[in-house]
Amino acid sequence: MAFRSAMLSKVVSRSSVSCSRCMSSWWGSVEPAPKDPILGVTEAFLADPSPDKVNVGVGAYRDDNGKPVVLECVREAERRIAGSLNMEYLPMGGSIKMVEETLKLAYGENSDFIKDKRIAAVQSLSGTGACRLFADFQKRFRPDSQIYIPVPTWANHHNIWRDAQVPQRTFHYYHPESRGLDFAGLMDDIKNAPNGSFFLLHACAHNPTGVDPSEEQWREISYQFKVKGHFAFFDMAYQGFASGDPERDAKSIRIFLEDGHHIGIAQSYAKNMGLYGQRVGCLSVLCEDEKQAIAVKSQLQQLARPMYSNPPLHGAVIVSTVLGDPELKNLWLKEVKGMADRIIGMRTALRENLEKLGSPISWEHITNQIGMFCYSGLTPEQVDQLTNEFHIYMTRNGRISMAGVTTGNVGYLANAIHEVTKSA
Amino acid sequence: MASTMLSLASATPSASLSMQESHKEKVKLWSSGLSFNKEKINPFSNTKQSFGRISMVAAVNVSRFEGITMAPPDPILGVSEAFKADNDERKLNLGVGAYRTEELHPYVLNVVKKAENLMLERGENKEYLPIEGLAAFNKVTAELLFGADSPIIQQQRVATVQGLSGTGSLRLAAALIERYLPGAKVLISSPTWGNHKNIFNDARVPWSEYRYYDPKTVGLDFEGMIADIKAAPEGSFVLLHGCAHNPTGIDPTPEQWEKIADVIQEKNHIPFFDVAYQGFASGSLDADAASVRLFAARGLELLVAQSYSKNLGLYAERIGAINVVCSSSDTAARVKSQLKRIARPMYSNPPIHGARIVANVVGDPALFNEWKAEMELMAGRIKNVRQKLYDSLSAKDKSGKDWSFILKQIGMFSFTGLSKAQSDNMTNKWHVYMTKDGRISLAGLSLAKCEYLADAIVDSFHNVS
Repeated sequence: MAFRSAMLSKVVSRSSVSCSRCMSSWWGSVEPAPKDPILGVTEAFLADPSPDKVNVGVGAYRDDNGKPVVLECVREAERRIAGSLNMEYLPMGGSIKMVEETLKLAYGENSDFIKDKRIAAVQSLSGTGACRLFADFQKRFRPDSQIYIPVPTWANHHNIWRDAQVPQRTFHYYHPESRGLDFAGLMDDIKNAPNGSFFLLHACAHNPTGVDPSEEQWREISYQFKVKGHFAFFDMAYQGFASGDPERDAKSIRIFLEDGHHIGIAQSYAKNMGLYGQRVGCLSVLCEDEKQAIAVKSQLQQLARPMYSNPPLHGAVIVSTVLGDPELKNLWLKEVKGMADRIIGMRTALRENLEKLGSPISWEHITNQIGMFCYSGLTPEQVDQLTNEFHIYMTRNGRISMAGVTTGNVGYLANAIHEVTKSA
Repeated sequence: MASTMLSLASATPSASLSMQESHKEKVKLWSSGLSFNKEKINPFSNTKQSFGRISMVAAVNVSRFEGITMAPPDPILGVSEAFKADNDERKLNLGVGAYRTEELHPYVLNVVKKAENLMLERGENKEYLPIEGLAAFNKVTAELLFGADSPIIQQQRVATVQGLSGTGSLRLAAALIERYLPGAKVLISSPTWGNHKNIFNDARVPWSEYRYYDPKTVGLDFEGMIADIKAAPEGSFVLLHGCAHNPTGIDPTPEQWEKIADVIQEKNHIPFFDVAYQGFASGSLDADAASVRLFAARGLELLVAQSYSKNLGLYAERIGAINVVCSSSDTAARVKSQLKRIARPMYSNPPIHGARIVANVVGDPALFNEWKAEMELMAGRIKNVRQKLYDSLSAKDKSGKDWSFILKQIGMFSFTGLSKAQSDNMTNKWHVYMTKDGRISLAGLSLAKCEYLADAIVDSFHNVS
């Protein structure tokens, strides 16, 4: 057994008491982990001394000067609460106020499911934490189930369900030739999956492709899910950020709810409220009735307790302060629209620049795709060229974070992309 | 990494089933004990969005989570909930370990308020921290623990990763153990904080107990502890409370710590410290770190989980760290990279707020001194309460029972020696809320309430079997 041999080598080599001189270690078998494909990009960017460098890697919003943004509504909320919060532990399920407001965003302001208390919901460590809690919950209560994950998806989805020990399958999603949705492939995979399978869906602004089903397509997907009795788990990390309108961005979820599905949702305030580092989110599971919702919530808390006991307070209070005050909420809606609009503007600018340069390739997909990311279609080799020759940083799957594009760098970016693709 | 993950996925799903077969499948689903309510069939038959097709089946209405039962209430956090529900004005909450002032109010340290206001003035952004957390925080937390001039820090032999308070830091370590030393066991004290078992269970790390609490002396069963550590398989992890043992309040003496270190070295075990009360136990940060530093000075590889919940009153912000002391800086770097790989699919990166508060307080000499003073006050109040309780018990109890263990124990908690039945009497008759293992949180006791508590304890001890 691995442990025993590690232990034996320890016993053999540890002859002296003063082990700082020993070369051996309990952790001898620990290899250096590979760099995280997404977060590693920013590390490399920061280390680059070139004045022309552009970071279109990680999905964090930047203003038109390329600077991080803290929303005004958030600053105001912070001012109100600074130095005044008592620091008592939140309940294991987190801030009840924050969760209530968050459910309204996803399920609808006047949702019957909320009124009937049919939703088991807990505050989570942003979207990652919500997905992980659900994956652990799925493992514990549906140990024979698997998760169907779209191709491609946010890389960390694979890590999450793997570490939760839930087997993964994939379903067709992105269509490289059209740089759009492989709808036929998607529907085939839904039909061919065993009845009652668990599917991970991106509610809006698919990461990394920016390709979303149309409303009509969502209705067909929902219908087929009904036929097959599949479970839909929505990862909604960009509500408001995609179209600028949170209600519109929740459309896929609302369709599934209308059709009677009992869904699960991971929500995050990292992007739409700019609370990235505060780690604020919510996991919800729609249940048959209030009794089941109470039971499911208790089990979610049971999973959270040995992971972090209870979630952090500060970000949750910012959210409930903003969403609980009509003025601040309106300000938030304006600011979210502003961010979404700037990105839409940059999409247009990038596409127009490339077309003006006389690129032989179609760049329609830049404006067809939605949300923070553009799946450019660039190959890993082309991406490397962009980095090495032009100091432009993005993930090697060709994903461009449009939030990192500004009026100041869009021309440079277009030019560089043109250079590496004109002879493709 | 993504490509490796995709290769785990199976080949394309099986061929589509015929209509008949899929219907049979659904019937099977329904009859496997799932609830079946005729009225609820076909809720979609009156929906407007049908495409002219026949609505198929009500499979979606059958819950996938039908069989899920209510989880039991948390034994510690559940006490506060019961307390809240009690309307008796004499009620006393000695359940959860959160500090209270003499007026029994929660206490936010002044340095914390100052740090928060400073942070607001500076207008810092909210960008993601690196997976390993805030660098400034990681630096100061390791220095606080090991001492800034410790060779292990200078030699860069400690892998420090910000974690979600003590719980989160322990969980990262448990996951590391499971992944790299599968089969290794963790020895935990009997008793220990209730959540330790949950953490190791959920991380799939086997554990067993070593004797610790001696009910006869209401003190440490030192011989039992040594014997059990000796008897464990070589290379076991020994979970030790750095100071202010939870729930007993009983700590080894310095001489006993030396002997514990001897036997751990002898057996090639790995010391694994849970340090949740540094500074809070004696009032001195350095004194409370003595046990950890003793082990570190022997050149041992060890793990230490830290929490700032109590000593900086940052309960709600979930700030702590896991430190893995390794034999070389190269090993420490590799271990740190793998801790990150464990954290990424759990929460991606840790929360900023608490980390910045700690970094600001410890990094500013004036704030740091102020913090030390506030910590001394908190620890001092608890010592005073212990004294008053002891005095009250000695005065009220005529049986000659020795209550001095209250003075010998340290930190927030006291193991009273009350049985479960006696603890129930404390709650049911006297409205004193505590955990069933006989633990009281002195942080929730005021000088004013000591006499009442003494009455309750004397009654429960002598009149309930």
